Amino acid sequence: MAHPPPRLRRPSRFGAAAVAGRLALCAAAGASTVAATPGDGIAEPLTTTAASAERGRALVANRQQSLCVLCHQVPLPEVRFQGDISTNLAGAGARWSAAQMRLRLVNPRALNPDSIMPAYFTTAPRSRVGVAWRDKPILDAQQIEDVIAWLQTLR
Amino acid sequence: MLLLLASGSMYAQNSPEMRRSGITYTSPGTQALQADDSQNPGMLWVRDGAQRWTIPSGDARKSCADCHGAIATMRGVAARYPAASPSSGSAASAAGRVITLSQQINRCRVEQQRAPAWPPEHADLLALESAIAFESRGLPMAPPAQPALSAAQTRGEALYRQRIGQVDLSCHDCHDRLAGKKLGGNTIPQGHVTGYPIYRLEWQAVGSLQRRMRGCMTAVRAEPYAWNAPELVDLEAWLAKRAAGMRIESPGVRP
Repeated sequence: MAHPPPRLRRPSRFGAAAVAGRLALCAAAGASTVAATPGDGIAEPLTTTAASAERGRALVANRQQSLCVLCHQVPLPEVRFQGDISTNLAGAGARWSAAQMRLRLVNPRALNPDSIMPAYFTTAPRSRVGVAWRDKPILDAQQIEDVIAWLQTLR
Repeated sequence: MLLLLASGSMYAQNSPEMRRSGITYTSPGTQALQADDSQNPGMLWVRDGAQRWTIPSGDARKSCADCHGAIATMRGVAARYPAASPSSGSAASAAGRVITLSQQINRCRVEQQRAPAWPPEHADLLALESAIAFESRGLPMAPPAQPALSAAQTRGEALYRQRIGQVDLSCHDCHDRLAGKKLGGNTIPQGHVTGYPIYRLEWQAVGSLQRRMRGCMTAVRAEPYAWNAPELVDLEAWLAKRAAGMRIESPGVRP
């Protein structure tokens, strides 16, 4: 399924020189491609299916799948061994809009090329990706939306 | 120019005075385990290797000691590897090629003992490597000045800085920029290779630096380089230079 180019919440803060060209977003393995100009957010959801905060919570709690808690503290006391590399996500919903979160999950390095956080929804360019992961985003479109839905509940 | 220098030093955990052995990031229990030779599990491999040193092997029925003498003559050897391999007069060997200590052990085994090379991570190979590394304990890492090694170090540093895998991270991203931070439940060390072969509690065994690097590559969802691939040897060469001057602590113990 092809998505229309997401509309931006507000005009890009970045000049063409800062982030060259448009982001190629891989919507699903080998499937469609959507394009967005990086700004401070991606307003349009990546899927038309309703997002589930419950599924998003389970994804965040699953370190092998989403990897979130390797770097972030999250307000899930039952999840042990949370990393402290990046932002504590408690209260995230009050700090970032869904559109801002979407861009930060899809490709945080569009905002900060030096970011440790990898792009969760772009697959290129990558080097030496393991066979099991090749040409796949870390999370698919629905998983991104589900994670955003849960993060938005953190106020 | 000053600005350039300032930005270049942003992640200067490589500067000698800021370098820390990985053991300093571990729990007091792990540190105690490494510090006491009667408790350090890696010493089992060291003792096994020291015994093997004197056992004749291969069609030549020669032991390591037959050529080298007592294992104590190996003092300082592990501190120099990887290094350009010395010429052996054998047409099959690639003199001048940079090789690791374990490759040099296998080279002796094939050329001098006339025995089949051990596969990577073979228990006997790790034992001999542990015993030889132990002889250099306390010495500073001292990669020699060799053109071939210098080229390998340069290639290795480029690989160290290359982001790889679906998670798209480089060695540099974590070990220079995030040392001391918690990745899940584990503290990220600076990644100085002073304790190899190490006894890793997660492995319940001694393993090589290549095993450790391949584990990291899998963790970032990359295709690990094959055992003894030129890229892994180059990475080892760079890491030895990066740790040059630091004291060897083999057998290291790590979580």
